[in-house]
Amino acid sequence: MNPGSRSRRDIGVLMGFLVAALLLAGVVSYYASGDPDGLNKVAIDKQFASSEQPHDLDDSPLAGYATTGVDDERFSGGLAGVIGVAVTLVVAGGVASLIRRREPQETRPGATSGPSA
Amino acid sequence: MHVPDGFIDAPTSLAAGAVAVMGVGLCLRGARRELNERTAPLAGLVAAFVFAAQMLNFPVASGTSGHLLGGVLAAILVGPFTGALAVTTVLLVQALLFADGGLTALGVNIVTMAFVTVAFGYPFFRLLAWAMPRRRDLLPVAAAVAALVSVPVASLVFVGFYSVGGTVDLSVSSVAAAMVGVHLFIGIGEAVITGLTVASVITVRPDLVYGARGLLPRAQLELRIPTPSTAASGGQP
Repeated sequence: MNPGSRSRRDIGVLMGFLVAALLLAGVVSYYASGDPDGLNKVAIDKQFASSEQPHDLDDSPLAGYATTGVDDERFSGGLAGVIGVAVTLVVAGGVASLIRRREPQETRPGATSGPSA
Repeated sequence: MHVPDGFIDAPTSLAAGAVAVMGVGLCLRGARRELNERTAPLAGLVAAFVFAAQMLNFPVASGTSGHLLGGVLAAILVGPFTGALAVTTVLLVQALLFADGGLTALGVNIVTMAFVTVAFGYPFFRLLAWAMPRRRDLLPVAAAVAALVSVPVASLVFVGFYSVGGTVDLSVSSVAAAMVGVHLFIGIGEAVITGLTVASVITVRPDLVYGARGLLPRAQLELRIPTPSTAASGGQP
C-alpha cells in the first residue's frame, strides 16, 4: 500500500466535498425555501415568536446571508454563502490540524510504524 | 432550529453556555484521537459542507421549512468528537458572521444541534449498523435512520431548555408535541441528505468513513485468479 497514492486518491473525495459545498452555498442556496423553519413556525403557532430579540450583529456586512453593498440578490446571497464556506473550512480545518499536530508526530523510538489500535 | 436571542432566559442560556464550553473542551481532547494527517482536511471540508447544506431550507408541511443539522452526518464521516466540533464551528460562524442564531443562545444551539445530535445519533447509528448484515450498501440506511431520529430528539432537548428557561409561560407538552411533529418531517430531509452523502463517500472510499470502522470486512483487495470458466467467458461481461 503506497501512502502517496492513497493521499492522492483522498483528493477526489476532498474535492468532491469542496465543489459540493461551493455549489450548494453559492448557487443552490438562492432556491432555498424562505418559509419559517420548524422552530420559528412553532414559535408563531404557540405565540412566543414575539419574545425574539433582534440579533446584536444584524448590521454586520453578511447578516442574514446577504452581502452588504451587493444589490443583485442572487449574487449577494451566493457570495455570502461562498465566504461562509471558506471561513468554516479554514476554522474547522485549522482547528483539526492544530489538534492533530500537537500529538507527537513521530512514533516513539522502537515503536513499529505499523497500524496500532 | 437556530434559537434566536430572547426565547430562553439569561440564567438558562448561561448554563447552556457553560455546558457548551465544557463539551467543546471534551471534544477537543476526543478529536485528537480521531484525527490524523489524512482526516484533518476532511474534517474542515465536512464542516464547510454542513454549513452549505444548512443554507438550503427545504419545504416541509404547510408554510414551514427545515434544513440539515448535520451532526450525525459529520460524526459518521469524521468521528463523533470531530463531528461535534465541525457542527459547533458551523454554528459559531453562522452566529458571528451571519447573525443566524442568537449570541446569547449560542450555548443552547451548540448543545442541541451539535452535541445532542451526535451524542444520540452516532451511538444509535453504530448500534443499527452493528445489528444489520455487514454490507456496505446498508450503512447509509443506518445513517439515514439515525439522522432522522436525531432531529426530533434535538427538538425535544430544545423543549427541555424551554421548560426550564422559556421567557413565555406555555404548556410544555403542547410545545413538545408541536416541535416533535414538525421535526419528524424535517428529519426525513436530514435522513435523505445524510444517507446520500454517506453512500457517496462509502462507495468510493469506505476507509475514509470513520463510522464504518470495524463494521466492514477489512480486505479491500481480492485476488482474482482466472479459472477456466471465467477465462472461457472472456472475463468481461
